[in-house]
Amino acid sequence: MAVTTYSGAEQYNFDIVKKFAVMSLVWAVIGMFVGVYIASELAWPFLNFDSPYFSFGRFRPVHTTSVIFGFGGSALFATSYYVVQRTCQTRLISDGMASFTFWGWMAIIVLADISYVLGYTQSREYAEMEWPIDILIEVVWVTYLILFVGTIMRRKQPHIYVANWFYLAFILATALLHTFNNLAMPVDLFSMKSYSLFAGTQDAMTQWWYGHNAVGFFLTAAFLGMMYYFVPKQAGRPIYSYRLSIVHFWALGFMYMWVGAHHLHWTALPDWTSSLAAAFSILLLMPSWGGMINGIMTLSGAWDKLRTDPIMRFMIVALSFYGMSTFEGPMMSLKEVNALSHYTDWTVGHVHSGALGWVAMISFGSLYHMIPKLWDTKMYSQKLIEWHFWLATIGIVLYIVAMWISGITQGLMWRSFDEFGNLQYSFAESVAAMMPFYAMRAIGGMFFFTGAVLMLFNSLMTIRQSKLENAVLEAKLAAKLARA
Amino acid sequence: MEWLMWFSKPENTKPVALIIFFVTFVSILLYVYGSKNRSKRLETYRNIPFLDEQQDEKSLGDQKDTKDKQ
Repeated sequence: MAVTTYSGAEQYNFDIVKKFAVMSLVWAVIGMFVGVYIASELAWPFLNFDSPYFSFGRFRPVHTTSVIFGFGGSALFATSYYVVQRTCQTRLISDGMASFTFWGWMAIIVLADISYVLGYTQSREYAEMEWPIDILIEVVWVTYLILFVGTIMRRKQPHIYVANWFYLAFILATALLHTFNNLAMPVDLFSMKSYSLFAGTQDAMTQWWYGHNAVGFFLTAAFLGMMYYFVPKQAGRPIYSYRLSIVHFWALGFMYMWVGAHHLHWTALPDWTSSLAAAFSILLLMPSWGGMINGIMTLSGAWDKLRTDPIMRFMIVALSFYGMSTFEGPMMSLKEVNALSHYTDWTVGHVHSGALGWVAMISFGSLYHMIPKLWDTKMYSQKLIEWHFWLATIGIVLYIVAMWISGITQGLMWRSFDEFGNLQYSFAESVAAMMPFYAMRAIGGMFFFTGAVLMLFNSLMTIRQSKLENAVLEAKLAAKLARA
Repeated sequence: MEWLMWFSKPENTKPVALIIFFVTFVSILLYVYGSKNRSKRLETYRNIPFLDEQQDEKSLGDQKDTKDKQ
């Protein structure tokens, strides 16, 4: 006789949440391993092995796709399916569609990673997949949208909780961004190669409209949805201000769409476009910090949890990094600051303070909260969560500090002139000056990666522990029934 | 269709856009913070993430009852 171990197991579709949660951690380990490898290639170039298949250019999109879409995307699928069911108190409208999104999404990441190593790329930031994979993404994403909206439409709870608003904005915006950024003409029906419908400055604009909104809606709005559900749940108290969350949602959603052009300061882009983007970037600081304060203040009156609960620590550190990187971003969007920071490692450091500090930390915290609930048990080891927290935090600090020093050094070296007006340093000299910081960054990445491996191990052991507990329970029940 | 050309001039569309966005933003603020009763209602939605726990407890209770009966 089967024993129902979790009260929600029949009412909700948690099978799909479990699949995405586990694969999120698997992709985290794969993507971060590749990240550490390419960081090491820059510090110790022999790791290229003079082979195109090992080159930075091919592995870099493998890293970004695996961590953003594999790890981050799977975490978003898992948590959005979990949150929408629990806050709408209804089951997903179709198990088949949910399953399709899982297998479709996994196929997309695997196919994309293989195609990059083989040398196929659109050369568009965070959208390197060639056209056949783009079409598959479109189909999976529309299915996801129908599933999510359908589930909201048959909710038992009259109000749509704010976390679902953020998730829905993310799904809708990503659909739009993906469609328009990937308008391309294939060379041949049976060729992987395609060319963008846009050209020149328009092409650059389209790419960065997509690129920054991928950051804004995929890597921010969606993870804010995660924050608005899991921070209150883990803290055991409701969000600080629901009204502030409404203002946060509309202000953030409206302003993000305008800021992409700040990636193209000092280029062929019209000056007013890049000024407009800079102005909106500065304005964006307000909703971003409003949201951060809303999240952090949720812990008001229960600050002791930061000492006792490592999961809460993950979440609050994530919000702190969110605040820090949303301050740094507007600052870097100022034209004068950008003149120094653009094309340097400072940008790489900024992206990672957001990606590791905010996105990964809030995902880790949420998954640590969700996994024991899904398998109806406790985490296998609290000690390992503590270890993970400190490894991740030290890793991020090493990474960001290395990139700050490296980036500002690069910027200053590139703009130095000698007394005759010639460039003072050659590019190769600036590369040589970076070497210690590249090693420091690779070591920071190793710390972070080790933490992710610990989390995967801890989670797999938790699942195993749950199965053992269930087996014992079933045996006891069977014995009781036999006696009766 | 000549009137559409009016929109093609940034000196026209910029102030129009500013007015639309400003009015929308102020309307949202007024909606959210403008009425005491509405504010009270909106703040009750904070508790939605915790409603499922009550539901869990209820279904756990049902399950326990079923097991006891077995």
